[in-house]
Amino acid sequence: MRVRVRHEITHRFEPVARHAIATLRLTPRSHVGQHVLRWALDVTPDCRLMAEEDAFGNIVHTFSVEGAIDAITVIAEGDVDTQDTTGVVAGGAERFPPSLFLRQTSLAEPDAAIAALAARIAKDVSEPLGRLHALMVAIHKGVAEVPAAPDAAAAPAAKALAAGKGTSAELAHVFVSAARALRVPARQVSGYAALEAPAAFREWAEAHVPGIGWVGFDCGRNLCPTDDYVRLAAGLDSQAVAPMLSTGSIARNTAVARDFFQAARPGQGQQQGQRQQQGRGQRQE
Amino acid sequence: MARAFDEMSSDDGSVRKAYETLNRWLTNVPHDVLDHRRKEAEFIFRRIGITFAVYGEQNAQERLIPFDIVPRIITKDEWTRLAKGLEQRVKALNLYIKDVYSKREVLRAGIVPEELVYQNPAFRPEMNGQAVPHDLYVHIAGIDIVRTDPDTFYVLEDNARTPSGVSYMLENREIMLRLFPELFSLHRVAPVENYADDLLATLRSLSPNGAHEPNVAILTPGIYNSAYYEHSFLADKLGVDLVEGRDLFVKDNIVYMRTTEGPKRVDVIYRRLDDDFLDPLAFRPDSVLGVPGLMSAYKAGNVTLTNAVGTGVADDKAVYSYMPEIIKFYLGEEPLLANVPTWRCREPDHLKYVLEHLEELVVKEVHGSGGYGMLVGPKSDKAQIEAFRAKLKHDPANFIAQPTLALSTCPTLVDEGVAPRHVDLRPFVLSGSDKVRIVPGGLTRVAMKEGSLVVNSSQGGGTKDTWVLDA
Repeated sequence: MRVRVRHEITHRFEPVARHAIATLRLTPRSHVGQHVLRWALDVTPDCRLMAEEDAFGNIVHTFSVEGAIDAITVIAEGDVDTQDTTGVVAGGAERFPPSLFLRQTSLAEPDAAIAALAARIAKDVSEPLGRLHALMVAIHKGVAEVPAAPDAAAAPAAKALAAGKGTSAELAHVFVSAARALRVPARQVSGYAALEAPAAFREWAEAHVPGIGWVGFDCGRNLCPTDDYVRLAAGLDSQAVAPMLSTGSIARNTAVARDFFQAARPGQGQQQGQRQQQGRGQRQE
Repeated sequence: MARAFDEMSSDDGSVRKAYETLNRWLTNVPHDVLDHRRKEAEFIFRRIGITFAVYGEQNAQERLIPFDIVPRIITKDEWTRLAKGLEQRVKALNLYIKDVYSKREVLRAGIVPEELVYQNPAFRPEMNGQAVPHDLYVHIAGIDIVRTDPDTFYVLEDNARTPSGVSYMLENREIMLRLFPELFSLHRVAPVENYADDLLATLRSLSPNGAHEPNVAILTPGIYNSAYYEHSFLADKLGVDLVEGRDLFVKDNIVYMRTTEGPKRVDVIYRRLDDDFLDPLAFRPDSVLGVPGLMSAYKAGNVTLTNAVGTGVADDKAVYSYMPEIIKFYLGEEPLLANVPTWRCREPDHLKYVLEHLEELVVKEVHGSGGYGMLVGPKSDKAQIEAFRAKLKHDPANFIAQPTLALSTCPTLVDEGVAPRHVDLRPFVLSGSDKVRIVPGGLTRVAMKEGSLVVNSSQGGGTKDTWVLDA
């Protein structure tokens, strides 16, 4: 499938900043099942974009701007050819052995409730892949997905589970922390899903299954990513895959993020609803 | 516990050769003269304003570290041996860190368990595959040494992040020179005053881009940091700028300092700021102490951070227990300095032993420092031991245990006169791209309370001037 992405992010500075610096994780890489045909970043105001690769193999751009800055707008736009790999991610930029992803971070730290959830699932299901599917189903049922507010960072896993609701990123935090509690390497992934209308930037989880490799789990939509998904970045938690981080030289952190996103398959718009119902994406109930 | 080894007097009452002159002098000087000099020293320290903030203590925001006027003496032979061992150790630390962040051969060879690297809170995934200038990570190391008999020096702890205390080493010497010129005329004491020159030469040698006159700055968290005095002291001695995060900014991956004459490029940053706070775009997003974009500039090879980011992966107390193997693995040499035997509570049979022998062991947190959160078995009562047992059982991997070492003692001036008190030693090892520099001696810390083994200044320990005799 060909997925077209347009993702616009605006960070505002109040009061106006004299100097601002930002990092972007807004460029997908090609791997098995995902081929990037065309991708461009456009930043306003004009600046010099410097590309680097982070420790996890994600493509990162950094830039700094000077002058009276009231806002920075970034537009990522491109076409990606995708194939359904039933959620399995292969041929990606792996820079660490899976065991690194047992590492807990403050955003994905399991509390007693998460540990209990993990233990319950471990008791019910013993087969490793089945266990992760069961975990996804349990989180899908127990934590309702709500849209992300434009200016809020993802909350820690424990908070989302306790609240019974969370953004896609927060649901992924719950999954990641529970999987790690079960000694399964797990990580946070950012990207796009082209199915929904309007489709959106979202985050999901990946867990490492012996003999299979990395497998994606989207708890909010209760499925393993299909060819509707474009994968942007992977890391230990939401902060590590944030599409844009910025800070102005005026220390007050008043940046407001506004996400505007469109994803559509050229010439396939009408089939969307139908495809959604066919649920060929391993939807689990 | 048997009587500890005293560095001045042998068991039979005879005085060791290196201390003969000092001993004679101490015997001849009336006590009230010593007492007067001690007060004088305290007065000078107060006037200089050399203070130390103690966390977790009320009414004591800034305090004076007790200074003992009786110097500690180390012979030239002893020092030569020590210095060789220190150099070897720091070399191995550097190779280990480089390996951990690149090829990870030490893990493949099964020398260190993977978990101690990947699950280590001080491990920085961000540093993976990242070249650092001159392949050096620990440019300034503080290696804590204790002594138990005439021949044995143990390494108690490696400090590879931001070791402090060097300002006391320098101030102590300055005050001793002022108060006891006659003692210096009786001894040939190796100088430590060149530490500032050595440090500056080391920092300059680490320039990322071969700049001839690299611009060096010291980055401090600010005046509320317990070691702020030292930061400003070093900046002054080195003649470099002392900056806070807000004084620096990054533009196109180059670090600049704001000055009245406009932005000035910075090449080498001696940062006294923990990794977590360095860059809100890379680490803690709520850090207001760091410099946004600093990590990108660092990764682009445009600035040297000393010490490198992520060196903590080598200096926690669990990794410590593997240091002898680490030295053998990278250098193919036997360690010149011994390690204190260490039980790793992460290992079930070790934990069992530790739980059975709590009353005779010292138990420490793997990432603890400054003497906080530790149990000294023989000095604790039942309730304290039981409370600690619960903590230990709850999270065994967070602790290691060691036998209670009989740290050596040195003559120390206390209220009752001159009496033996336990000491340790922190020498500072500087690794530049050109060579390793170690000023003779280091900071001797002394437990001022009789029988106490805790020398940390945060726990009421004092300091002494350390004399390495030149002949």
